Amino acid sequence: MDGPGMNPATEKNVNKKPDILVSVFDAKLHYAVGGAFAAMRGKSTVVKAVDGVSFDIRRGESVGLLGESGCGKTSMGRLLLKLEEKTGGTIHFDGEEIGAVRGSGLKKFRSKAQLIFQNPFDAINPRFTIRQTLAEPLENADIPRREREARIITALELVKLPEPAQFLDRYPHHLSGGQLQRVVMARALILQPEFVVADEPVSMLDVSVRAGVLNVFRDVRDRLGLTAIYISHDLALVRYVCERTIVMYLGRIMEDGPTEDIVREPLHPYTKALVAAVPVPNPDQSHEPLPIGRGAPDPRNPPSGCVFRDRCPAAHARCAAEVPQPKPVGTRTVACHLY
Amino acid sequence: MPEIAAPAITKPRRPNIIARMFRALRLPMNDPFAVAGLLIYLVFVVVAVFADQIATHDPTEILYTPAYDLAADLRPGQDDFLMGTTSLGRDIFSQLVYGSRSALLIGITAAFMVALIGSVIGLVAGYFGRWVDAILMRLADIAFGIPFLPFVIVLAAFLRPSIWNVVIAMALVLWRDTARVIRSQVLTLRTRGYVEAARVAGSSDVKIILRHIAPNILPLSFLYGSIAIGWAILTEASISFLGFGDPNSISWGYMLQDAFASQALAKQAFYWFVPPGICIILVVSAGFFITRGYENILFPKLSR
Amino acid sequence: MSEPLLSVRDLRVSYQVGRNFVHAVDGASFDIPRGSITGLVGESGCGKTTVARALTRVIAENAAITGGQILFDGKDLAKIPEKDMNALRWRDIAFIPQSAMNSLDPVYTVEYQLDEVLRRRGGLNRKQSRARSEELFEMVGIDANRLTDYPHQFSGGMRQRVAIALALALDPKLIIADEPVTALDVIVQRQILDQLKELQTRLGVSVILVTHDISVVAYICDRTVVMYAGKVAESGTMQAALTAPSHPYTMGLRNAFPDLQGAAAGILTPIEGAPPNLASPPAGCRFKPRCPFALDICGTEPPIVEVAPGHPVLCHRANESAALRIEAARTETWMAPA
Repeated sequence: MDGPGMNPATEKNVNKKPDILVSVFDAKLHYAVGGAFAAMRGKSTVVKAVDGVSFDIRRGESVGLLGESGCGKTSMGRLLLKLEEKTGGTIHFDGEEIGAVRGSGLKKFRSKAQLIFQNPFDAINPRFTIRQTLAEPLENADIPRREREARIITALELVKLPEPAQFLDRYPHHLSGGQLQRVVMARALILQPEFVVADEPVSMLDVSVRAGVLNVFRDVRDRLGLTAIYISHDLALVRYVCERTIVMYLGRIMEDGPTEDIVREPLHPYTKALVAAVPVPNPDQSHEPLPIGRGAPDPRNPPSGCVFRDRCPAAHARCAAEVPQPKPVGTRTVACHLY
Repeated sequence: MPEIAAPAITKPRRPNIIARMFRALRLPMNDPFAVAGLLIYLVFVVVAVFADQIATHDPTEILYTPAYDLAADLRPGQDDFLMGTTSLGRDIFSQLVYGSRSALLIGITAAFMVALIGSVIGLVAGYFGRWVDAILMRLADIAFGIPFLPFVIVLAAFLRPSIWNVVIAMALVLWRDTARVIRSQVLTLRTRGYVEAARVAGSSDVKIILRHIAPNILPLSFLYGSIAIGWAILTEASISFLGFGDPNSISWGYMLQDAFASQALAKQAFYWFVPPGICIILVVSAGFFITRGYENILFPKLSR
Repeated sequence: MSEPLLSVRDLRVSYQVGRNFVHAVDGASFDIPRGSITGLVGESGCGKTTVARALTRVIAENAAITGGQILFDGKDLAKIPEKDMNALRWRDIAFIPQSAMNSLDPVYTVEYQLDEVLRRRGGLNRKQSRARSEELFEMVGIDANRLTDYPHQFSGGMRQRVAIALALALDPKLIIADEPVTALDVIVQRQILDQLKELQTRLGVSVILVTHDISVVAYICDRTVVMYAGKVAESGTMQAALTAPSHPYTMGLRNAFPDLQGAAAGILTPIEGAPPNLASPPAGCRFKPRCPFALDICGTEPPIVEVAPGHPVLCHRANESAALRIEAARTETWMAPA
């Protein structure tokens, strides 16, 4: 059964022509590790956190960025928000390449593209009251002082913090994790952005309050018609929030398509293993061994050709020689030589 | 149903500005050593401020006994000279009292400059990173390579012996420790979520540094400032003792030098050189006691 | 049913914080049968880690076991002298602390660290120790020639395997693992869980798995103990406690968990509010402020009701659980608790 306001994409696409808000082409984030001496002796390793990633996001779409730690999902999110400067490729936001944006343009961009943090206990300055925390973006956007209080209350109501006025003069340590994450969301939404990147927003929260925060996120996104990226390692959560999922592995996209299709019938061998590995809260479940080799991805030393080939049960000679390019397969894009 | 975790907390009152500044200093009031250190400082500050009232004589004036003899090498208590007189007939007690004035003046200005310069450089280097950091930290390396005492002597002598030149010379060298430590602290603070959040909220670098980072490193600045007080007083004493000090101002180091040059030890004039020595030890160790208190606040695990 | 390996009766552990006492564990009772994997689940601050640590008496300096019994092999671990307890640790009860994978000493090889346990605590000689180390590595699925590697040369998952090998070193009867897979990615997590289950079955050892993740419990455990605010809400077999829970808290947890198996991503239902502050817990049932089924009677201490043999539930309305379960499955039930 669908909850209130489900399927925002279909709803919105009826009355809005498909319109690309974010367009990423061949984005790269490489950095050298090992320090200056290693570089001098030519011994530094280049870590390719993001290595040639391309995708488009339509207005109002919610996209899950899924992968294990070190797959580059968080780096990709930071590139999209210009918190990290890309080392290659292009990223267009609302038709404008964000690489060169500076000064007032950057200020405007910051008010349109926002981040919801992973750790609510760290994302709010412990010396600031909730009022001061929420006032900061308003000050920066030159919202007149007399309007601020009302905007703050509205934002806190939006994230369903009951009786918001009572929280304004409290410090973060007086609030529970669930309440704090709502404040973090309110701060991200207070300037009415168009685009929000949520980086594992519930991973630090207790299970019983997670659902509440997720529901608020879905609800707010639908009400404001936000375009959203939801970064997570948990497919079950991504499925709850996003209609489309991009699966990343070692800086590259493995599979990109509708979440339901990926959950029901994963195509890429990596996605297959990932879907099979997700534990479910049900004692009657398959205990089949995973279709994946042991070991862990090493971002400093990825294999040649397909980065997944050393753990892939279906790897063959071509996988070592040639990097698989993304190919459309039905509703999806898959980067694998099997297709 | 509101969440329970926040029990009935009445609106926290916003403390007034003085109380807030006092809290920002985070004076280590529950460490007995630190409290002792603060008390010693308090005594010397009172003495320094009211030196004119406390001192019985002008410390540089050459005094005579009621019998119009030069009041040289008098023992304590003789002819109302509380702690006796020097070979030139100056009152030791009054010199001691005025000595606290120059000691504190030097200590506090040096500490202030060291803390200020070091904090600003540390903040800038740590926050901006890259080439800014590289340049500033190489400068710090150079400062580390400078032999402290000879540099201060040469510079103070070169610029004309005055206590201000001693302070400047010290500040030019001692900022390095503060800057290094503050920089490393800023490096970790910079990765905190709320600093990133301020960036996403559109705050400028200056605003982020002043609002989100500086308040967190303030106690560290004070820690290094209080270390510098001790260093500065010791250094000034050494320089004066070696004879490179300001001849026109009375300091404890000058008293020691005077006593040394006049062969006070041979004359068994302990009343002459022991009191300034004790004063130096008291003030310097008071500085380190306070430092210890700050350390317990900043690094609580060290004390276990 | 044979005698349980471990039987915890009315265990109480308190922390002294300033002048106050926080009763982190306030009367916990449960059994650990021989050869089982039991999941000790609950949210942060519910006392699960404190219980796990109390079982080996490795608790914080400001904490103390203030009551109850921990019966293990005819001994009450809550009372035996420290010397006897120390003899039991590792040999009979092994503890894998939270983030054990980061607690390996970085300056020694893994072999050295295994050797230390095997020779000092196990009394093996150098040769036996070497053979046992190789055997242990093989058991946890690591190539024996990696014994001479340093911890940083292993990935997170591999280090967790090493931690398991260390725990198994002296053939304990009981292994207590605190959040062993929490920091790991799903794929590695699954591989470690499979390994743990395989070893448990093969060696017949009992395992207590402390976790906040009921999916992990559902995947690997035979039994579960659900804790809430320092008390055991209910305990029983996986089927009894997860498929047909009898405590409203467990029912709520089920609703709050996203499930990949369901037909479509339905709506998740949170439990409103947050767990109580244990320094001043609510009177009576501690779940009352968040419970949609709370009655006036819930303001008094709830009884332990055995809804089925081996399935005790701490709830005034435990006997109505079948009806409550149907209610609890509806989202609206949880929207506005009484």
